[in-house]
Amino acid sequence: MTLRCEPWARADKRADKETLFSPQIRAEIDQWVAKYPDEWKQSAVMASLRIVQDDNGGYLTRELMDRIADYLDMPPIAVYEVATFYSMYELSEVGAHKICVCTNVSCMICGSENIVDHLEKRLGIKLGQTTEDGKFTLKEVECLGACGGAPMFQIGKQYYENLTPELVDSILDSLEQDNGE
Amino acid sequence: MSEQQTITVEVDGKKLEASPGQMLIEVTDAAGITVPRFCYHKKLSVAANCRMCLVEVENAPKPLPACATPVADGMKAWTCSPLARQAQKGTMEFLLINHPLDCPICDQGGECELQDVAMGFGEGISRFAEAKRVVASHNIGPLIATDMTRCIHCTRCVRFGDEVAGIRELGATGRGEHMKIGVYVERSVSSELSGNVIDLCPVGALTSKPFRYRARAWELTQYDSVAAHDGVGSNIHVHVRNHQVMRTVPKDNEAVNETWISDRDRFSYLGLYTEDRLLKPMLRQDGQLQEVEWQQALLESAELLKTVDAARLGALVSPGSTLEEMHLLQKLLRELGSNNIDHRLRQADFRGDAADPAAPWLGQSFADLENNEAVLLVGSWLRKDQPLLNHRVRKSVLAGGQVMVINPVDYDFNYGLSNKLIGAPADMVAHLAGVAAALGADTAGVDASAGAEHQAIAEALKAAAKGLVLLGSMAQVHPDFSLLRLLANNIAQAANVDLGFVGEGANSTGAKLAGAVPHSGGGLSVAGMLKQGLDACILLNVEPEFDVANPVAMAGLLNGAKVVALTTHLSPWLLEYADLVLPVAATLETSGTFVNLQGDLQSFNGTARPVGEARPAWKVLRVLGNLADLEDFDYESSQDVRDEALQSIGEIKLDNSLADTSAVAASLISTELQRIGGVPPYSVDMLVRRSSALQHTPDGWKASLHVSADTASQLGLMDGGSAVLRQGEGEITLPLVVDGRVPPACVWMPSGVPGSELLGEGFAAVSLEKA
Ligand code: SF4
Ligand code: FES
Ligand code: FES
Repeated sequence: MTLRCEPWARADKRADKETLFSPQIRAEIDQWVAKYPDEWKQSAVMASLRIVQDDNGGYLTRELMDRIADYLDMPPIAVYEVATFYSMYELSEVGAHKICVCTNVSCMICGSENIVDHLEKRLGIKLGQTTEDGKFTLKEVECLGACGGAPMFQIGKQYYENLTPELVDSILDSLEQDNGE
Repeated sequence: MSEQQTITVEVDGKKLEASPGQMLIEVTDAAGITVPRFCYHKKLSVAANCRMCLVEVENAPKPLPACATPVADGMKAWTCSPLARQAQKGTMEFLLINHPLDCPICDQGGECELQDVAMGFGEGISRFAEAKRVVASHNIGPLIATDMTRCIHCTRCVRFGDEVAGIRELGATGRGEHMKIGVYVERSVSSELSGNVIDLCPVGALTSKPFRYRARAWELTQYDSVAAHDGVGSNIHVHVRNHQVMRTVPKDNEAVNETWISDRDRFSYLGLYTEDRLLKPMLRQDGQLQEVEWQQALLESAELLKTVDAARLGALVSPGSTLEEMHLLQKLLRELGSNNIDHRLRQADFRGDAADPAAPWLGQSFADLENNEAVLLVGSWLRKDQPLLNHRVRKSVLAGGQVMVINPVDYDFNYGLSNKLIGAPADMVAHLAGVAAALGADTAGVDASAGAEHQAIAEALKAAAKGLVLLGSMAQVHPDFSLLRLLANNIAQAANVDLGFVGEGANSTGAKLAGAVPHSGGGLSVAGMLKQGLDACILLNVEPEFDVANPVAMAGLLNGAKVVALTTHLSPWLLEYADLVLPVAATLETSGTFVNLQGDLQSFNGTARPVGEARPAWKVLRVLGNLADLEDFDYESSQDVRDEALQSIGEIKLDNSLADTSAVAASLISTELQRIGGVPPYSVDMLVRRSSALQHTPDGWKASLHVSADTASQLGLMDGGSAVLRQGEGEITLPLVVDGRVPPACVWMPSGVPGSELLGEGFAAVSLEKA
C-alpha cells in the first residue's frame, strides 16, 4: 500500500484547515507534522489523535477523526483504522479515570484475574463499562511492557504495579478523594 | 540495476529465467507453476499478509512467501516439498478457523479461490471446534453485496481502493480477532471502478449484488465480447444461462482495459431485460402502434423508403452502434440517394464540419496516456466518462505528471489537479483562448487576455516532453465546439503536444470511418435535418428524447416525418412518434465490430439470444436493402458486412488534424443565467439508463437542479426547495440542490435525464424561480 500522503485521496472538497481546530491544537499538531517530510505528514496521525482526544475529555468522535483526516490530507477510513487499532484511543465517552488493566500473559500468570474480579465488584461494572457517576471506566488491555511488576494497571499517565486487592482499594480511595476536592 | 540483465533461478528442479527485482511468484506464474495465494495480485502492491504462498527456499531456515521474496541468481526454491506443503496446509487450516464454510448459500461457491485452494491444501476435517467469529456487514451500495464474516483479510479490496480506484473507501478497522474490512461509517462506495473488488475478492465476502442468487458459476456459459458504453472497448466475458445474459466480467487485455472494467460496463446488462424491451415489430394503424408480423413491418418500411423523396429522407444512428450496422445504414441511405446520415446526435455546433478530422481519436494510445507530463482536459469529466482512460491518466499523475482542466463544473477527480479553470460554459472559450494567447498561438479571433493561470497551463504544456490536450464530451456538445476545437488545436501545435478527442459511445471513431456522417456527399447533419425537416426518418438505437442535443427540435422533426425506428426498447417518444418499430438485438446479443478510441478494431460474436422476435440490426438492414430493390445487399454473415466496410475504409488512418482552420465567432454569450447541459455518466445510452442498479449509485442522476450557493441566495432559493427552470417554451419543476461544483450564474441541468426532454439544447439562457 502506498502509505505516502496523497492530498488528492479524497474526492470531496477539503475544509479550510484553519477552521478545523483551535489555534493551540493546530500548533501542537503542527509540531508533530514538522517532524516528518511533507509527503509523510500522515505519520503525525497518532499524535494528532492523542492531542485531540485529550482536548475532548478523553475520547474521540467520528467528526473529530474526520477533521484529523482533513487536516492531514488523509482518507477518513485511514484515520479510523489507526483509531480502532490502538487501545489507547477511545471512541465513546469514558469516565474521569480510565483504568487499563493488563490481562496479557505475565499479568495473567501473576493473577490479573483476581484484580479484574476485585475491580468489577468494587465498581459494580464489567470490563469495558463506565460507572454511573462517570468517575471510572474499566478497560482490558494487552501487555503494557511492565511485566516485571505484574499484575499491573494504568490510570491516566500513571502505572501501578504489583497489585493486590488491598493496594487497588487504596489507589481507588485516593482517586475518589482527589475527585471530591 | 541494469534493465536487460537476466538471472536464473531453479524452482522444483526447473531452471527459469527471471529479471532481478521480480518476486518469486511472478516467475513461477510465468512458468505455469502453481503457487497458492490469496493476497497477491499482479496489479496490486505486495502485502504478503495471507501467508498462503509459502515455499521452501534453499538456505532459508523457514518457508518464505513467494509473493514477497525477490529472486536472486542461483536461488533454489521448492513449491511442493514437504516443508512447503506443511506450511501451506498450516496456513490453510488457520484461514479456515474463522471462515464460516457456508459455501452452499454463498454466491462465490464454484468460483471461489478459497474453495479451490482448500480442495488442494486443506484437510478434510477441521480440528477447530470452538465458536467462530461473526462480523456484521455494512450496506455499501447497490452494486456490491457484503458478507464480511467470510472475509479472510487479504486486503486486496483495500489496496484496490488506494492504488487503482484512487479513493480509499474500504479499510481494515480493529485489530487481531476484531479486525474487519469495511467502510466503518455506512455509505455507498462511490468509485466508478468499484465493481472490480467483486472479482478481486478471493472469497464470497464481496459479491455482485444484482447477480446475487441468480445463477451458479457452473450453469453459466462464457462468451467473449466487447463492452459498449465508452470509447475504451473493454474486453469482457459474458456469462449466459438459458440464452440470457446473467452478468459481465472483465477479460484481460493489457493494451485496452488491463484487468479492469468500469461499473458501467459491468452492470449495464441489467438494462437488457426491462419491461419496455420490444418483443415484436409494430406498425402505426389508426393512430396506434400495433404489433404486426415481421413480414408486414419490413414490407411497409421498404415501401416507405422507396417512395419517399430522397432529399427528405434522413437517418440518425447512435454512436454505440456497430461498424456493420453503420456501414449498412449509410449504404442503404446512399443507395436510396440520400446523404443525410449522422451519428453526432449530441453535437450542437456543426459550423466546423468542413474542418472535421478524417478519423478523430484519442490522439495517443491508451498506454501512452500513462507517460504524459502534462494533460489539459477541456470540458471533460474523464473520471466518470471514460473511467479506464482516467485510470491511465491517474498513473501519469502518480508518476509526477500534471493534469489541468477547463470545465463548466468543478468535477471531482481521483488525483490532484495542478490547475483548474472552472467557469460558465461561455467562459470556456475565453479560458482556452487565454491559454492559446499565453503560448503565442492564434486565438481564432477571440479577444483573449492571458492571466496567471492561463500562463501556468501554457507553461506546463510547453515544458512537457509528452503532453495532451483532450476535448471531452462536454466540449463536443458545447455550442461553440468548433471554436473550442480550433483553439485546442492551436494550443496543441504551439506547445507541441498531442490533440485528442474522447467521443461518445463505443464506436465514435468507427462511425466516422464507416461513413455515418453526412459530409461524404454533402448531406445534412443532425442540425441540417432539424432545420429542413424530413419526410422519413430512420432511427437506429436512438431514444429521441434523451440521445439528441435538442429534444424539443427533435420532437418537431419526428412529428412531421414518417419514423422507422430500429430499436431495442420502446421509449415513450417512440411510442408517440414512430410509425414503424423494428425490434433489434441489443449489444451482447448481436455480432459486430467496434473501433475504440485508439483505433483497435475489435469484433465480437453475439452471446445471448435476442429477446422476443428481435433480430440483429444488420440483418434487418440487409432485408430492407433487398426489399427496397437496392444493389449488393446480399450478405451471409455480419463478417461479410465487416469485410465490405473495411474494404471501403481501406487502411485505418487515425487522424486528428483539422482540414480547415478558419475561425467562427463564438455563439454562446454570457447571459444572466445559463444552463449547463452534458450527459451524466449513467445516462449515456438506452441500456445504461435502464440499469436500475447503476441509477441507484451516487453517480446516478437524481432529478434536481444544481446551482451555487450564491446563485441560490440571489434568487431567493433554498437547498431542497422546489424551483422552476424555464428555457424557451419549456419548463420543469424540480428540487433545488446547492452544489459547490457549479459556477455562479449557472444551472446544472443535464441532457439525457428524465425531464430534460421538456427543455431544448443543453446550453442556453434560462430563468429560474421558486416554484
Ligand atoms: S473482503 Fe475480500 S478482498 Fe477484501 S480483504 Fe476480505 S477477502 Fe480480501
Ligand atoms: S503482560 Fe501485563 S504488563 Fe506485560
Ligand atoms: S500471496 Fe503471498 S502472502 Fe498472500
